[in-house]
Amino acid sequence: MPNTLLLTIGLLAGGLALGTLIAFAQVYGCRPLRWFCRIYEQVFRGIPILVLIMIFHSGLARSFSILLPAFASALIALALRSAAYQSQIFRGAIQSVSEGQMLAARALGMTKIQAIRNVILPQAFRLAIPPWTNEFSSVLKDTSIASAISVLELFKQSGLIYTRLYVIRGAHWALIILMLVALIYLALTYVGNAALGVLENRLRIPGFEMRGKVER
Amino acid sequence: MDADRVHGLSETILRVEDLHKTYDGNHVLRGVSLSMLRGETKVIIGPSGTGKSTLLRCINQLSIPDRGRVWLGNKEITSKKENINCIRAEIGFVFQDFNLFTHLNALANVRLGPMKVKGMKKAEATKLAVMELERVGLADKASAYPSELSGGQQQRVSIARALAMFPQLMLFDEPTSALDPELIGEVLEVMVSLAKDGMTMLVVTHEMGFARSVSDEIIFMESGNILEQGPPGEFFTSPKEARTRAFLSKITELYGE
Repeated sequence: MPNTLLLTIGLLAGGLALGTLIAFAQVYGCRPLRWFCRIYEQVFRGIPILVLIMIFHSGLARSFSILLPAFASALIALALRSAAYQSQIFRGAIQSVSEGQMLAARALGMTKIQAIRNVILPQAFRLAIPPWTNEFSSVLKDTSIASAISVLELFKQSGLIYTRLYVIRGAHWALIILMLVALIYLALTYVGNAALGVLENRLRIPGFEMRGKVER
Repeated sequence: MDADRVHGLSETILRVEDLHKTYDGNHVLRGVSLSMLRGETKVIIGPSGTGKSTLLRCINQLSIPDRGRVWLGNKEITSKKENINCIRAEIGFVFQDFNLFTHLNALANVRLGPMKVKGMKKAEATKLAVMELERVGLADKASAYPSELSGGQQQRVSIARALAMFPQLMLFDEPTSALDPELIGEVLEVMVSLAKDGMTMLVVTHEMGFARSVSDEIIFMESGNILEQGPPGEFFTSPKEARTRAFLSKITELYGE
């Protein structure tokens, strides 16, 4: 379980940083940059997750003798993939901030960067929380795929336990252990969503609930 | 005020020379020139789509003109050598649809420019913001968010936001056009008192009452050109151009005297 949490947090953080950058580049960047980001985002959203992880783990090792520890390859592959998805969340959020906000900031004498940091980002961030909550739930469960390259996370551990119990105690133990694992994923997702819900409420500002409100 | 005494009242604040702008093959500005002295209020009128708003945006470079030059005082805004952000900080801009920062309350809206652009300390900027909100009669709404304010109140906050930068020149782009009729008065009142305080103002508006009573000069624009300009008395009683007369009679029909 520690590895599952570490993977989730690491890939979300990496994906958040890279995804935000890509989103801003896609909206405000020069044409070649926008073009590059579009390709990146398409590629990483278009490759199956298992293939992606294998590329970073076995593929690179075999072809270029770049030998990454399994955990690191899983983290990088999942973070790059999540960045592509998160970039689309933030791009949508940035684009739903009205154009007049940027104009007003520039008219005051702010540079483009200042306007993004002080005006666009705080608004886009609030609009992005609900879809970002969805991405969190998604990647938390996706970390189970890291078991394919023997990262000892929640799912892999459960596998080790139930194969042992299967031998000693009988076949029905497999189901019991798997149900238990499912329950743990469910609990983690629930807790994470609840925490993000609290954050969303904390940052709520009159005028924003019109666009971003989720009925609970 | 000190500047007035040193340079005299006839100091030119704004000079626009032969401004051209094309949008999607549409020649919106066709060589507009004008100038403003410190403390003057000029009103630009004319049919919609004649480039009035574009002219204002080309002055502070929110829209980059294709040709022509603009000076603020002795600094050429259109020159590549000038830092456009520094110059914009000296020109207040009031938008038709206010464009208050929606995630900030009224006080923070007014405070943001001085803090981020001029590097003013938060406490000092807060004091200034309260003062500017008082000036537009909204000190009691300091903690209200834009969505909690009426259109007229939002526009007054946006005027306070511009004033907090101590601009040399204020540009108003149809400041009352998005407002319900009963809210127009409070915004015009603020603008009238600004003009009386000696602020240099260039105003695009359809409010003929304001134009008549406050402005030093009316500028009539059509199809990207200045067709006629003059002091309001002359302009309204004996317009020279047939098209100005046609526009004025149409406006009178619509809005009354």
